[in-house]
Amino acid sequence: MANVIIQEEDVLIKEQGYDDHFHEHHHGDKYQAGFIFHYIFSMDHKIIARQFLITGIIWAIIGAAMSVIFRMQLGFPEESLAWIKPFLGKWIVVDPATGIGKLAPEFYYALVTMHGTIIVFFVLTAGLSGTFSNLLIPFQLGSRDMASPFLNMLSYWFFFLAGVVMFYSLFLSTGPFSGGWVAYPPLSALPQASSGSGSGMTLWLVSLTLFVVSVLLGGINYITTILNLRTKGMTLWRMPLTIWAFFVTAILALLSFPVLASGFFMLIFDRSLGTSFFLSDIFIAGQALDRVGGSPILYQHLFWFLGHPEVYIIILPAMGLVSEVLSVHSRKPIFGYRAMVYSIMAIGFLSFIVWAHHMFMSGVNPFISNFFVVFTLIIAVPSAVKVFNWITTLYGGNIRLNTPLLFSIGFVSMFISGGLTGIFLGNSAIDIQMHDTYFVVAHFHIVMGVAAFFGMFAGIYHWYPRMYGRFMNETLGKIHFWGTIICAYAIFWPMHYIGMAGVPRRYYSFDTFEAFKHFNDLNKFITIFAIIAFFVQLLFVINFFYSIWYGRKMKTKNPWKANTLEWTAPIEPVHGNWPGNLPVVHRWPYDYNKDEREFVQQHIPLKEGEIGDH
Amino acid sequence: MENIVLNKRNKIHPHKFALWAAMASITMMFGAFTSAFIVKQAAGNWLEFSMPVEFFISTAIILASSACIHLSFKNFKKGNERHYKYFLLGSLVLGLSFVVFQYFGWTALYAKGVDLKGNVSGSFFYLISGIHALHVLGGIAAMIVAIIHAYSLKFIITEQRINRFDLVVNYWHFVDFLWIYLFIFLIISK
Repeated sequence: MANVIIQEEDVLIKEQGYDDHFHEHHHGDKYQAGFIFHYIFSMDHKIIARQFLITGIIWAIIGAAMSVIFRMQLGFPEESLAWIKPFLGKWIVVDPATGIGKLAPEFYYALVTMHGTIIVFFVLTAGLSGTFSNLLIPFQLGSRDMASPFLNMLSYWFFFLAGVVMFYSLFLSTGPFSGGWVAYPPLSALPQASSGSGSGMTLWLVSLTLFVVSVLLGGINYITTILNLRTKGMTLWRMPLTIWAFFVTAILALLSFPVLASGFFMLIFDRSLGTSFFLSDIFIAGQALDRVGGSPILYQHLFWFLGHPEVYIIILPAMGLVSEVLSVHSRKPIFGYRAMVYSIMAIGFLSFIVWAHHMFMSGVNPFISNFFVVFTLIIAVPSAVKVFNWITTLYGGNIRLNTPLLFSIGFVSMFISGGLTGIFLGNSAIDIQMHDTYFVVAHFHIVMGVAAFFGMFAGIYHWYPRMYGRFMNETLGKIHFWGTIICAYAIFWPMHYIGMAGVPRRYYSFDTFEAFKHFNDLNKFITIFAIIAFFVQLLFVINFFYSIWYGRKMKTKNPWKANTLEWTAPIEPVHGNWPGNLPVVHRWPYDYNKDEREFVQQHIPLKEGEIGDH
Repeated sequence: MENIVLNKRNKIHPHKFALWAAMASITMMFGAFTSAFIVKQAAGNWLEFSMPVEFFISTAIILASSACIHLSFKNFKKGNERHYKYFLLGSLVLGLSFVVFQYFGWTALYAKGVDLKGNVSGSFFYLISGIHALHVLGGIAAMIVAIIHAYSLKFIITEQRINRFDLVVNYWHFVDFLWIYLFIFLIISK
């Protein structure tokens, strides 16, 4: 039966599709030929998506391994770490008398800094948005490829270069940058400020500048493709929520990353040309510097003008993926499609006027803080709309409890838990106590770290057949889900208590603080679960790479019985996505269980008398 | 680049739209510089200086250059090959002289005692005009490509060549307007 349906669909695209004369030009063969241009310097969005994903996975392993090392220091400060010396070399200082190895404090800071930088930028920005924007924008809109495949290729290679530079900085004799992922001056502006502030910071700046270029090239392409290259019939209000999310994400990136770039330029001037944009009244080793007149707060403004939209650049694509997965696997139209779109836009808009809530304790005017408190709390409104709609989509659905759906539900759970603590932190008064404590660490890890990872996992498990023509192992996937969600709560839930007690983040050791002694056991508990969580993720990595070659094969074009256009393209991917005509769109993407039909794909014309859309 | 399939329903060429998106992004960067300027200025400890006359000259030059490339584009579309080439060359020469006059402006400013390393107001001036000059150099590179096209390719008016030239023209007008904004900003906010 299934085969028959597929035959009919092919005929539909063939006969009623949109002929854009694409295959008359044979331009694809030019850059598809040969291994190097097919797999390495590829301009095909499907390959570029996989390049982003695999690079992201490699960085995720590095970033997660770093967190395990510094968690061991926090959880078991008395234990010997001499056994990691083969990996970390001189950063493990072994006491010759006792043989006990300790993590060097400056390297602890470097690990914390690199963990943040890598996960935020390389994994959750490039790995998440880069992967799925590339894969899904042309597929779900019925386009042949991105507006500029060449810029798209450059976008990946700038990201790759950024990664190479950052990776190189890990091996410097003075260590990578260690002043926190936000790179506040003066630690970032004065090479003599700390061991990582010299070459480590220079390479950090070079790497992130390359990364900004990558994000901008990608973002320009995403926006242009969405606005200019949709297939016939694909009106804006017929786009899947994934595309809406990628669209707003790309706009946020396009408008906020340049502001970070301007901050970086000023930082480069301060570091290398002797200006004092961010420096004033500084003493190093008892010596006053002659750099006066600048303001470190200025950098914070520029950084957080990117930094806050950045968290939405991370979470919006995850939201889009989750919306789609929830709808497909509960066999119901997404609840409140337009409300979802408007809340994505509202979140995108509000993200630009809340940045100073990261700076309540930096000495900004308390009256200005009020403004930022109000707008920060308003973000709860569109967020709550989205959560309500996700839960309502699930309600009464014909639910398939498979791995992608589990991760989507996990996403909603994490987003609620982490979102609620955001309401505490958004208040400038409560922030006096909470600022820079483990409460903040718990909040953002749950709401934009773990939640974004869950969205990404949901996306990977769901679209894996579209990427590799095979399925990932379902049993391993479920173990991965339950292991991850249990560990995630076990790690971050206790951190809220530690944070409420005022334990500051980024500290190497709490030995000298009598007040924090009784958290030792809780810290051990967190560390144990962090180690387990790391190994559970390795299950995913094994599953991912094993399934590329040995996974269950995808036999039908539309294994999930989904409505969007990527499932009408041939199983074996072709250049230009569709072999002949492009599909023409007749309806919105969420016609599930409509008129006694379980699902109706977007390119199927309306029946006589049928009311389309929503 | 060539594998874009022109969709007849597009009202604007995707490459041109992409360029506009890039301009929005560049505008945000300069918006950040000028906002930082305002914030820092409000904090005090601010050196005031008058702008050397060289910058007024360079402003006139880049305006003339913009007019030139506009005329060149018009003549290209009309099929007037000679004028198209002359105006394009003129635009390039004016563009290069803009950068040269910016450089004269910086040396004049330095001679007045405004040092890059000194008061932040001077640093901002060099930073903003310097990064702008880099963007102009990008435009000059694009214009050189357009000139190579003009002199090496056979003169035919095709949709593709109009689109390509249009991108250069658009970007060049953009860096021109950007400088006008920065110039006025730097004059009134000192």
